[in-house]
Amino acid sequence: MITIARLTIGEAARRRILWVFVLLAVLAVGITAWGVDRLVAAYRSSGSAEVGLQFGISQLLIFIAFQFSFVLAMTAAFLGAPAIAADLESGVALALLARPIRRSSYLLGRYLGLSVVLIAYGGGASALAIIVVARISGYTPPSVILPVAYIVAEGVIVLALSLLLSTRLPTIAAGAISVVAFGLAWMAGAIERVGIAFAAQDPSVNLEIVGNVGRALLPTDGLWHGVIFGLEPDVVIQAAKTQPLAEANPFFAGSPPSPLFLAWAVAWVVIVLGLAILSLRRREL
Amino acid sequence: MTAPDAAPVIEVVGLRKRYGRVEALVDLTMAVQPGEIFGFLGPNGAGKTTTVKLLLGHARPSGGTGRILGAPLGDREVRRRIGYLPELFRYQPWLRARELLALHADLMRLPRVGRKRIYGDLLDLVGLADRADHAVGGFSKGMQQRLGLAVALLGNPALVILDEPTSALDPLGRRDVREILRTARDRGAAVFLNSHLLSEVEQICDRIAIVDHGRVIAEGTLDSVLGERDTKVRVEGLAPPGLAQLSTFGVPRFDGHDLIIRAVPDERIPDLVAALVTMGVRVHEVSSGRESLEHRFLELVGRPAAGGPPKSSADQPGASA
Repeated sequence: MITIARLTIGEAARRRILWVFVLLAVLAVGITAWGVDRLVAAYRSSGSAEVGLQFGISQLLIFIAFQFSFVLAMTAAFLGAPAIAADLESGVALALLARPIRRSSYLLGRYLGLSVVLIAYGGGASALAIIVVARISGYTPPSVILPVAYIVAEGVIVLALSLLLSTRLPTIAAGAISVVAFGLAWMAGAIERVGIAFAAQDPSVNLEIVGNVGRALLPTDGLWHGVIFGLEPDVVIQAAKTQPLAEANPFFAGSPPSPLFLAWAVAWVVIVLGLAILSLRRREL
Repeated sequence: MTAPDAAPVIEVVGLRKRYGRVEALVDLTMAVQPGEIFGFLGPNGAGKTTTVKLLLGHARPSGGTGRILGAPLGDREVRRRIGYLPELFRYQPWLRARELLALHADLMRLPRVGRKRIYGDLLDLVGLADRADHAVGGFSKGMQQRLGLAVALLGNPALVILDEPTSALDPLGRRDVREILRTARDRGAAVFLNSHLLSEVEQICDRIAIVDHGRVIAEGTLDSVLGERDTKVRVEGLAPPGLAQLSTFGVPRFDGHDLIIRAVPDERIPDLVAALVTMGVRVHEVSSGRESLEHRFLELVGRPAAGGPPKSSADQPGASA
């Protein structure tokens, strides 16, 4: 497993994938820093209260994180999709799997290696963005580690899904399905939130089931709320407690993901990787 | 070759493989002995690649049994003693040649001591010593196939399975590969050679099996598959009654120009010529040969060759008297 993980990381480094990620991250953080600097300068020159700035920057950070979580999910999908499928299609797997290596080790090695690449890129880029914005604006979120961990966990989950699909589907199909699934999971969560607003008018409307099913099938949206929660200032969370409709906003989270949900997210990864191993074992080359 | 009573390296009995409605292998039975180069031949779609996949555990048989190096088919640990060059030889293009060998050495869990020397020796053997630190992606097809052979020979495997190992090589490369395979056999390895190149099989294989429609239709040494040699003498002045005097050499056949006697030992050919001369017969040419593998192959798979049976490359040069 370690040999395959090393091979996977080596491939990302040698084929310059890793360096392209680093370059893109630096570029994205640079543009963000410039934009935040301009906004902060404009806000402060208007003489408005500092608390407004904190609220504004926290919302901006959430929006940036939202964009980045999509970018990271797509990155995960297109790293995972060819990981098995391309080896099978090109014939590279024929020589590799003729060695005394378990197919499970091969698959888990691929997952481990790609997770390292994804965590390095996703974690590095998002932490850098938060720190840079904090230095420029003076707003430091309650936690830097938690939102970064949740955003990276979303990527690692999409990676597991794309790897499972990669054992049976061609590269493009596996990648596209993974990205669409991520988008649908977010939409399920958003529909659930909008349902809260409707429920205030008509209590018979209950769209909670949509969110629950979405989170059960793909737990990325639940983790996304962990990202939001970690980036919000306390003042927003406290104020929202008096606003029952605050939870209807897809970009607000009144509480972090529950330990039960986090346990499900971990179990989900284990189950999906188990299915991927089973699928690859049963596949004839 | 080792003694025939040694345990076979590959032994399959009644092996079957079905893909949906298609039966790729119907009833494949064969044995490969240690220390022999075994040629596995057959027309396209005969089941050759399927057989290789079953031997390596890349696919599961639908029926029958098989053992490879004493372990059941699909055994993982036994692959430590097997080298394999796929027909579709593709390796990680971003790896350097030496790194590719190191990857496979890691996967085989070879001892770390002396690895550098092993890589150097192998790359030297396949003529890529000066390319050790070049990326595989920049290699020509022939070079990649040579590299694949080095990968297959890593760790001195007891069994080397080669699927069309010279398909991308020029004549010089093919000659090199023949030498490499003979060397591997001489150190005791069995070589399972899946090849379409019949002349090549004829040159290096100790035994062959011809497979068609998923079953072995001929197996044995080249001599036993091709039949014994005919000695043909072009003569003038031989009268049919004189044929009786030649019966000590075998059963003679005569068509008015050529006298043909099957299985005359090489050392008795001069005696045959002398007997003919004594009988007053003029001898124009003597040749000894047998059916070529190609002709026999086409005959066995039911697609006879156009024209007469071509002679094999083992033909002795003709002699005139």
